[in-house]
Amino acid sequence: MDKKELVCIVCPKGCRLTVIEDKGSESGYRVEGNTCPRGEKYGIKEFVNPTRIVTSTVKLKNKYHKRLPVRTNGGIPKERIFDCMSIIKSIEIEHKVEVGQIIVKNILGVGVDLIATRSIE
Amino acid sequence: MIQYEIVVIGGGPAGLAAAVEAKKNGINNILVIERDKELGGILNQCIHNGFGLHVFKEELTGPEYAERFIDELKNMGIEYKTDTMVLNIDDEKNIKVLNSTEGLLEIKAKAVVLSMGCRERTRGAISIPGYRPAGVFTAGAAQRYINIEGYMVGKRVIILGSGDIGLIMARRLTLEGAEVLAVVEVLPFSGGLTRNIVQCLDDFNIPLLLSHTVTKIEGKDRVKGVVISKVDDNRRPIPETEKHFNCDTLLLSVGLIPENELSEKAGIEIDPITNGPIVNESMETNIRGVFACGNVVHVHDLVDYVTEESSTAGKNAARYVKNELIKDAEPIKTKPLNGIRYIVPHTVRVENLEDSLDMLMRVDNVYKNAKLIIKADKNIIKKVNKNHLAPGEMERIKIKLSELKNKKIFDISVEVEREDA
Repeated sequence: MDKKELVCIVCPKGCRLTVIEDKGSESGYRVEGNTCPRGEKYGIKEFVNPTRIVTSTVKLKNKYHKRLPVRTNGGIPKERIFDCMSIIKSIEIEHKVEVGQIIVKNILGVGVDLIATRSIE
Repeated sequence: MIQYEIVVIGGGPAGLAAAVEAKKNGINNILVIERDKELGGILNQCIHNGFGLHVFKEELTGPEYAERFIDELKNMGIEYKTDTMVLNIDDEKNIKVLNSTEGLLEIKAKAVVLSMGCRERTRGAISIPGYRPAGVFTAGAAQRYINIEGYMVGKRVIILGSGDIGLIMARRLTLEGAEVLAVVEVLPFSGGLTRNIVQCLDDFNIPLLLSHTVTKIEGKDRVKGVVISKVDDNRRPIPETEKHFNCDTLLLSVGLIPENELSEKAGIEIDPITNGPIVNESMETNIRGVFACGNVVHVHDLVDYVTEESSTAGKNAARYVKNELIKDAEPIKTKPLNGIRYIVPHTVRVENLEDSLDMLMRVDNVYKNAKLIIKADKNIIKKVNKNHLAPGEMERIKIKLSELKNKKIFDISVEVEREDA
């Protein structure tokens, strides 16, 4: 039986959660230590498939600004954050960019895009 | 002399929101003055997400949040000057301004909004002994080097201070390939949000050393290592607890100080707790027609609250210019009692409130299962249950106008009531 200890980040209270695999329950998991239903939902998500928004910058060439800030427009599986960073580090941009513009479509094939978070002339 | 109805000093989130709101309230002749090369202030370098949940109901990065306000300001045709420094403001609202294209300008304003923000406490301010080698940065300076200038600051890093900027930088440095050996915090708890501890430290297995501090910086030309010691209850280092770390970089995330040199020269009264101007319900200082908002008044943890506070300041600057602010009303004082460090605003003229009074405050310690008790003189007018209170999380309390209107009240107090006490 697999289990994991987590700190809940749904609200500032920071409940200490224990998520336990439980074939008998509806979701297949049991969460202990949470004080609200949102904590249970977070615990299961974080146990089954933890994802993170990745934010960084990419290099701008021949521009007044040196870096273009970027983010993923959805969560990247936690264990692939550094793969995502390798792609981000390999990019160079020379053209005009609008905020929200897609820089890398379907990054790592995980179904989210890397987008610009500011406009650059 | 150049004349404006409202001059806003500082083009960060506070100044932008104040200018936009003043314009919406019918003032056309507004100037925003910014010393950096572009508008947006510190948001430009805060490339992480988490901004805008209150104001835009979505999670944005700093640059995205800033760009929305900059676009709005430009679309409204509000005038602004970047790369421009304000040298002096006097109590008659004469402003001396300098830049390299226009030289020295003298500007006369009907109303002024102070939105200069804050700056970081430095190494000198916390007195770490040792040489002065390269490799010691404030966290915000390092953030600027990495996110704006595109320079990496080091390879093996210790971060002193576990406020949100320190935590955010721990993750940022890790993603860029540095090794963050530890985040060191002198207090027994972190001043940062739990979310940041989980996503910036735990995700990358970065240790958080609570009740520890840096007691020595080694190296002459470049940082070669630091010594970290445990501290006692009075935050004094305990001998024989020293641990040595080989590192080339030390980041300091040890607090922010509102930047009030201009305010003080103008004769504005400063609250010794917040280090910012004493303000009334309209975010007006002791000089009539001079308003202040954002981190120059008190250091916020959410930009959303800065925006809301600054909209209030901008709107009231507009009301002042239009002669709609009631000036001679008898003010109620706000009083921070047990457990509360400060309350903004400091005074309240009920006559100028529109629908409610928003009070922002910080507690002095971590409290679990407590209540905030709000009294008008001796009468309790509101109780708020709080299962978690911490100095790092600003509290906001709304009081209905009906609780205050047409009543003879001298002060409104707030205190923490502990259930376990």
